[in-house]
Amino acid sequence: MQRIDPTSTPTQTPTPTPTPAAPNSAALPTPQPSTAAWLSVIPGLGQLYNRRWIKGSIFLALAIVFAIALTAPLANGLHGLVTLGDNPEQDDSRTLLVQGILSAIVTILLAAAYVLNILDARRDAAKRREGFAIPSVRKAFHDSWEHGFPYFIVVPTFLLLTMIVLFPLLFMVCLAFTNYNLYNSPPAHLLDWVGLDNFVSLFTEEVWTRSLLAVMAWTVVWTLLATSLQIALAFFLAMIVNDSRVKFKRFIRTIFILPWAVPSFMTVLVFAAMFNDTFGAFNRDIFSHFGTSIPWLTDPFWARVAIIFVQVWLGFPYVFTLVTGVLQSISKDWYEAADVDGGTRLSKFRYITLPHVLYATAPLLIMQYAYNFNNFNIIYLFNKGGPPVPGQSSGTTDILISWVYNLTFEQNNYKMAAAISIIMGLVVAFFAFYQFRRTRSFREEEMY
Amino acid sequence: MRRSLKSKLEVSGIYLVVLIMFCVILYPLLWAISISLNPGTSMFSAKLIPDNWSLEHYKWLFNDPRSDYVLWYKNTLIVAVFNALASVFLVGLTAFAFSRYKFAGRNKSLYAVMLMQIFPVLMGMVAIYLLLNLVGLLDTFAGLIIFYAVGGLPMNVFLVKGYMDTIPRDLDESAKMDGAGHLRILTKILFPLIRPILAVVALFTFMAPFMDFLTPRIILRSPEKFTVALGLFSFINDKFGNNFTIFAAGTILIALPIAIVFLFLQRYLITGLAEGGTKG
Repeated sequence: MQRIDPTSTPTQTPTPTPTPAAPNSAALPTPQPSTAAWLSVIPGLGQLYNRRWIKGSIFLALAIVFAIALTAPLANGLHGLVTLGDNPEQDDSRTLLVQGILSAIVTILLAAAYVLNILDARRDAAKRREGFAIPSVRKAFHDSWEHGFPYFIVVPTFLLLTMIVLFPLLFMVCLAFTNYNLYNSPPAHLLDWVGLDNFVSLFTEEVWTRSLLAVMAWTVVWTLLATSLQIALAFFLAMIVNDSRVKFKRFIRTIFILPWAVPSFMTVLVFAAMFNDTFGAFNRDIFSHFGTSIPWLTDPFWARVAIIFVQVWLGFPYVFTLVTGVLQSISKDWYEAADVDGGTRLSKFRYITLPHVLYATAPLLIMQYAYNFNNFNIIYLFNKGGPPVPGQSSGTTDILISWVYNLTFEQNNYKMAAAISIIMGLVVAFFAFYQFRRTRSFREEEMY
Repeated sequence: MRRSLKSKLEVSGIYLVVLIMFCVILYPLLWAISISLNPGTSMFSAKLIPDNWSLEHYKWLFNDPRSDYVLWYKNTLIVAVFNALASVFLVGLTAFAFSRYKFAGRNKSLYAVMLMQIFPVLMGMVAIYLLLNLVGLLDTFAGLIIFYAVGGLPMNVFLVKGYMDTIPRDLDESAKMDGAGHLRILTKILFPLIRPILAVVALFTFMAPFMDFLTPRIILRSPEKFTVALGLFSFINDKFGNNFTIFAAGTILIALPIAIVFLFLQRYLITGLAEGGTKG
């Protein structure tokens, strides 16, 4: 809370040095940045003090409108966020939670605008003291378009992102600290904040710890194995197709891109049908010739093999396309120089091709790992995470995200799903952030 | 002599690998096509090479009164076109700001965009549902389009910004000298130069509604608003084996145009992705 207390002004802001040369304002009192800042504790007054009449009036009007129109809803919203409803007959805790989070976001945004308003008044006063003329309204508009242009784009974009991406994340984080599940769900019941209870049961109750460990382990294996295999295969194929002796390059590349071009939604379901234990094409048309039949969908091991195969099939064309692009851009001079020095093929690969490709594609390859970590579609469409495991709430091929989906939409166990999501989000965020920092793209940022 | 023999062996080895890959890639696709041409609705009796080919499933999709396929297709096209337009517009502007301007909080916001991109939207689906319900956009195309365009923004901004960074700044500096404003520089100078990556973004965002069954499943409620992926998914979800031939026919009609566009644009894909993704 800011207090308006004129007497304390000089002691709190000792910085402004009194009256430097201000030749053109001899008749007027010298503008004091600190006074302007203190005045704009009520938005607009500081700007009026700076003789920016229109700007000041707009700020003041906005402040009054916001104060009248928003104070009550925001206070209500925040109140609802704290209590999650008092009256089971009227209050829907989910709506209160949504409104509460939105109120919190709006409050933070308004607070930021408020701080900017104070800084603005102060800066203008400082400018005036140094003898800058106050620009006309027209010029002020032009200036702010000229210099503030990126903000006109970035701020609205971030508002949109806040609503569609950030808000859902916040909502989910909140759910993890409530008791929202099938048996205690609005509108029939009110939700309550339960602190860390969900996390405690996740790490202490047998069925949860076992499921969590199993799913975590398979998620890691799946991410590493499927992605690495798809990168290795893509790299190998891109290399051999790029060989100067190979003809029909365009045609070969076109066929290789096909799995990417066909919607994965369709191919995964087709694969699910083909891998079907009894009537699937693989067992019926191929393995029957060898007199065996493999339980692709019901045996844990084979289900995992099948699903990794499908992902490699689906995922290699993207990496193949990337690597091909990079390979074509490596200058031939490198290889000619290596030939002159008598470099072997292996050493050319080791010292020219590999560094080039990895250097150029590292961020996207990392994203591939992140993508597979979250690759819900394939797991869900292929086998719905099955086959199921007794004594666990998750299936054999369930990765974290598909497990969360299952908990949310099939079992309506929102609180646990949210708690697991948080753990998962932290893991991803940590790795991605760490990795991105190391990659070139962000180091370059510092250069200009 | 030995050298050329070795070379020939190598090339044959390469062709052999390519041939094996062709089989692995084409087998499931051809299988799906042949299933769709099998008479009868059951996958159990379907054969890889049907005894008598028939287009009955395709006809059923278009002619049978019980089939909403044409309607679904139309819905999806609406969503896809608007999603592509909105995405290119939003992504182009945002990437322009990040690539060409230095402003306070720039790096921090880039990190924020980066982080948002890695969190799967799936985790917030319940919230999206409640939010759209609150503002009255549940069960509307507008809600779905906004969700797609904004949800895909972080990833696409990253791609386009990377591509824009490779275009020399001298160009816009000199245009600025000549008195061109911000938007003029963007539309007249940069947009033509970044067409390849914009094509990639347009393609990806156009395709998304055709492939995604999950988001529409949560946002769209009434069957007459279903997109084609959701429609086909709900069609097959309950009785997997029984409708599979019709399902196969329906998906092939999605896959075909997408694959064709995709293959036509592959030149753009290769250059666009290599430049944009790697230098971002």
